Amino acid sequence: MKTVPRFALLSAALLGSAALAQTKQVIGVSIPAADHGWTAGVVYHAGVAKTQLEKMYPNAQIIVKTAKDANEQANQIQDLYTINKISALVILPQESAPLTRPIAALKAKGVFITVVDRGLTDPKAQDAYVAGDNPGFGNVAGRYISKALGAAGGNVVILRGLPTVIDNQRNDAFNAAIKSNAKIKVLDAKFGNWNRDDAFKVMQDYLTRFPKIDAVWASDDDMAAGVLKAIQQAKRSDIRLVLGGAGMKEMVQRLIKGDALITANVTYPPSMIADAMRLTVAHVAGGKPIAASTIIPSVLITKANAAQYYFPNSPF
Amino acid sequence: MSVSDTPLTPPARHSLLARVAALGPLLGLLTLMVVATLLNSDFLSFSNLTNILTRAAFTGIIAVGMTFVIISGGIDLSVGSMAALIAGSMILIMNALVPHLGNGWSTIVVGMVCALVIGGLAGLFHGVIITRGRIEPFIVTLGTLGIFRAVLTYLSQGGSISLDQDVGDHYGPVYYGSLLGVPVPILVFTLVALLGGVILNRTRYGRYVQAIGSNEQVARYAAINVIGVKIATYVLLGLCVGVATLLYVPRLGSASPSTGLLWELEAIAAVIIGGTALKGGHGRIWGTVVGAVLLVTIENVLNLTNIISVYLNAAVQGVVIILVAFFQRGNRR
Repeated sequence: MKTVPRFALLSAALLGSAALAQTKQVIGVSIPAADHGWTAGVVYHAGVAKTQLEKMYPNAQIIVKTAKDANEQANQIQDLYTINKISALVILPQESAPLTRPIAALKAKGVFITVVDRGLTDPKAQDAYVAGDNPGFGNVAGRYISKALGAAGGNVVILRGLPTVIDNQRNDAFNAAIKSNAKIKVLDAKFGNWNRDDAFKVMQDYLTRFPKIDAVWASDDDMAAGVLKAIQQAKRSDIRLVLGGAGMKEMVQRLIKGDALITANVTYPPSMIADAMRLTVAHVAGGKPIAASTIIPSVLITKANAAQYYFPNSPF
Repeated sequence: MSVSDTPLTPPARHSLLARVAALGPLLGLLTLMVVATLLNSDFLSFSNLTNILTRAAFTGIIAVGMTFVIISGGIDLSVGSMAALIAGSMILIMNALVPHLGNGWSTIVVGMVCALVIGGLAGLFHGVIITRGRIEPFIVTLGTLGIFRAVLTYLSQGGSISLDQDVGDHYGPVYYGSLLGVPVPILVFTLVALLGGVILNRTRYGRYVQAIGSNEQVARYAAINVIGVKIATYVLLGLCVGVATLLYVPRLGSASPSTGLLWELEAIAAVIIGGTALKGGHGRIWGTVVGAVLLVTIENVLNLTNIISVYLNAAVQGVVIILVAFFQRGNRR
C-alpha cells in the first residue's frame, strides 16, 4: 500500500488533481471486438495480461471492454469513466478520427491515456503511445524477399490488405526495400482484403495471368493461407516462397515443421496490447516512468527463433 | 382447383424488343467476355473458365434458392451469415466426430447431413416467423444476419475454426476434384440450377410461388396455401445455403467471422441482374445463373488486367451491374 501516497502525489503533480487518489487503481482497457484473426489475438492477449497484472499489482483492477465500432467504443469509455471511475485508459481505437475527441475529453478529466497501434488525429489527446511498426513490417518483408531471391532476382506478386493508411505504409516500405535488388520485378499488387477467400481468388487469377512467379508477398497470414491453397490447386512449382505476416500460430507451426514455401514470417504482434497494459499499469500502480512513445519493432521469424513466437492457446 | 387459367402470371410479351431485352444478362456476359479476351487472351483458357464457374458456384447455388424467395415477394439478407455459421458448426461437428467415426467418409457424410439440416431449420425458422409472426422478411433476416454471424464469432473466439487435417484431406476432392474434367462444384451448380428451373417452371409449386409474388391476395382467394408455400421457399433457400457450404468447407478447410461476408448482396444482385423482379411475381433461373457468373467474371477480369486503379474495382462492378439492368429494363414493368 506504500505506492498509494506516491501515486497520489504523482497524479496530483501530473494532472493537477488529487481527486483520483483511491486505494484501488482502476485501469480500463478498450479494444475492438474479435472480428478477425488479429483482433481475436488482441482480445486473447488482453485477457492473459489482465490476469497476470492483477496478480502482480494487488492495488490494480483491470476492466477489459470490447467494442464492435467506433461509436460503441466512445460510449464504453464514457461508461468506464463515470461508472467504473478509471484512473487510466489503454485504448486501441477502432478508428482514429472519431475517437480523438472523446479520448481528449477523458484526458482533460485527468485520466491517464495510453493509445495503442492506431494513432489519434491529435497526439495531444494521449499521454503515451504504444504501436507496431508498419513501415518496419514492409521493410523487413522486402529485405527478406530480396535476400531470399538472391542475385538472380525474380518475379514477385503482392497481395495488399484493405485500402488504408496502414496498408499504404507497409506497401511503400516493401517497395522501397526490394529496390536494393535490381533484378526483382513486381508483377502486380492487388487487394486481398486481409481475407482468405479473397486472397484465394486473387492468387488464382495471378496464376492464370503470370506463367512464372518466384515469390509472393501475401503481407498477412490469413491471406497466405488462401494463397497456398490456390498454388496447390494449380499444381504450380515455379513459386519458391510465400511470405505472410503477423505471426499466426498455424503459420509459425508450419515454419517449425519446415514447410517448403513458408520459410519466414514477419511479426506484427497482437500481444502489443499486453505490452501497453504492462507499461501503463506499472506507471499508474507501480509509479514507474513510461515513455511517450514505444514502437514495437517488426522482427523476422525464421525456423531458428520460431518457438518463442508460437502461442498454441491463442485463437490467432 | 386449377390456377393455370387464372390471370395471376403476367401475360407473355411477344414483341421482338421484349425478347431482346430478356436476353440482357446473357448479352452483357458475352460483351464482358469479348472485352476480357481482348485484354488478356488467357481469359478463355480452360483453367480460367473453370476457376470462374467454380467460384460462381457458391453464390450461384444460393442465388437459385434466393430466386424462389424473391419471386414469392420475400427476401433473405442472412444467407452470408448463415453460410458462415453452417460452415463453422459443420467443422466443429466433424472435428468432434473424428475420435468416434475416424477421419474418413462416415464423419464427412454426418457433417454434410448436419449442414443441410441446419440450413433447412434456419429456413424453416425464417419462414415461420415471417408468415405466422407476420413480420417483414427484411426485418427478420436482418436480425438473423447479425445473430448467425455473432454466434459464429463466439464459437471461433473471433479467430478461425479449422477442420481436422486428415478429414480435410479426405474431403478435399469435393471442391478440388472433377468428373470427366469438370470440377465437382460446377456439376453441383448445374444440377441445382436445372432442378430449380424444373421446380419453378414445370411444377404446381413453382406456379404457386409465382402467383403469390404476383398478387398474394388473389392467390389466397384461389385457395393456395400461401403460408405453406412461402415457408417452403425459405426452407428451399436454407437447403441451397447448406449445399453451397458443403462445397465451400473443403476449399480452405476453415471458417472465420469473415466467411461469406456480403454473399447475401452477391446472391440478390445475381437474381436481379438475371431479370427477376425485386417486387416479386416472375423471374427465371437461367437468368440468375448468368447473373452469378457475370458478377464473378467482372472480378476476374479486373484481376487479369491492371489498366484500372485497384481502388476503383467496386466502381467498375457497380457500373456493369447498372448497365445490365438498364438494357433489360423493358422486360420488367
